[in-house]
Amino acid sequence: MIDLYNREDETVQPPTLFPAYASTVKRAPSQPLIRIPQTITETSGPGNCWDDLMGGAMADMTRQHKGEPLGQRIIVTGRVLDENEKPVPNTVIEIWQANAAGRYIHARDDWPAPLDPNFTGAGRVVSDEKGRYRYVTVRPGAYPWGNHHNAWRPSHIHLSLLGPAFATRLVTQMYFPDDPLIALDPIANAVPMPYRDRMVSRFDINITEPSFALGYAFDIVLRGRHATPLEA
Amino acid sequence: MDNQSKELFGQTPWQTVGPFFHYGLPRKGGADLTGNSELGARPDLFAPGHYLLGTPPPRGAVEGTHIEIFGRVQDGDGKGVPDALVEIWQADFAGHYYAPGRKFIGFGRSATSNDGGYRFRTILPGRVAGPGNSLQAPHIAVGVMARGLLKRLVTRIYFQDSEGLDTDPILELVPAERRDTLIARRAHRPGAGSDSVPEKTTFPSGRATDQGAGGYRFDIILQGAGEIVFFDC
Repeated sequence: MIDLYNREDETVQPPTLFPAYASTVKRAPSQPLIRIPQTITETSGPGNCWDDLMGGAMADMTRQHKGEPLGQRIIVTGRVLDENEKPVPNTVIEIWQANAAGRYIHARDDWPAPLDPNFTGAGRVVSDEKGRYRYVTVRPGAYPWGNHHNAWRPSHIHLSLLGPAFATRLVTQMYFPDDPLIALDPIANAVPMPYRDRMVSRFDINITEPSFALGYAFDIVLRGRHATPLEA
Repeated sequence: MDNQSKELFGQTPWQTVGPFFHYGLPRKGGADLTGNSELGARPDLFAPGHYLLGTPPPRGAVEGTHIEIFGRVQDGDGKGVPDALVEIWQADFAGHYYAPGRKFIGFGRSATSNDGGYRFRTILPGRVAGPGNSLQAPHIAVGVMARGLLKRLVTRIYFQDSEGLDTDPILELVPAERRDTLIARRAHRPGAGSDSVPEKTTFPSGRATDQGAGGYRFDIILQGAGEIVFFDC
């Protein structure tokens, strides 16, 4: 039986155990993964039922409350593709992030930066027939965390995708260009260079809209089907 | 180089979900595939005005044997993982995965409790095809994400005493002495049925359990004694 999808690329993907990111030490399995063939369980997945599963789109995270959130308004847009550069249409992207001051609305975030009553930081979009997506938000701030002395997470937006199958699941983080904190961040650095740079968005003046918002381009690449699938 | 560099094109790397995903991912009802409760979310972790994730649409009657699956996500120190997200994917009672036109969507999500407990309400899946002419035993695919997990861990839930366990083509790939870590045990209530997990673990609460809904216990021990099997698929 031939796998329908490429495997996760071990040269690109982070390891489960990465001691510089301290929380991995007691949570990474000690036994090696057992490789299994992809059956219909792994090659199927929910599709075209996102409203049922998750509710409607939330493509503008600056208009979810009475007033506008503080911070730099931004547009993030790009395509969801597979490894063969084919668009992945009609797939959901779930989005969450800190506010412009680097504070999450979460009860467990105890950093005393201000909360913004006009910003939750949760979004959701579905890619169109060409794999394109777009959302509006504010640029999240950097924030300190307890991993090591003087540790700061670079500005980032969390992204969650299911793709067409159980096997194509992806959760990643989008970073911003020219952020000096990326090179110091154990979570980003769990991905070796040059692949870490795949998570760094590009500022684009053509995405930027006059008198409205700065624009960033970010494509998301899911595991692809084998180039020459041999179906039984 | 950056995301748009042509010479860098390829799989986007995984990153952890971190500890703060609760207002972004697990919605109310996401852990109840029978559509009868608001199980799955943690709206207690943020102010009510920030719950934007919606509530499940009515699903109607779901055919099959209704069950609850519960357990604890546990780290290498034997502590519950309070910031894990457990996802499941399964076939319907007759062994069909969701496709447009079918009613049952076999996808679910449960955030863990402060003690690491998770809980799903669903149905027993039917058997589906395996490699070649084989038939798989009833099973549910599981993905585990958490702060400290840089990428998803994949495992499977099989069911105690179900047919096909002895001939399942995936279980056959697991060393015999570790197969038990993939088999959910019958248990009458959350908290019972485990030697390795404290009785006092609290589990996400939803509406009261249906009388007669069978319970299964499946602990997700990430590391150390009782560490369960994880798959590369």
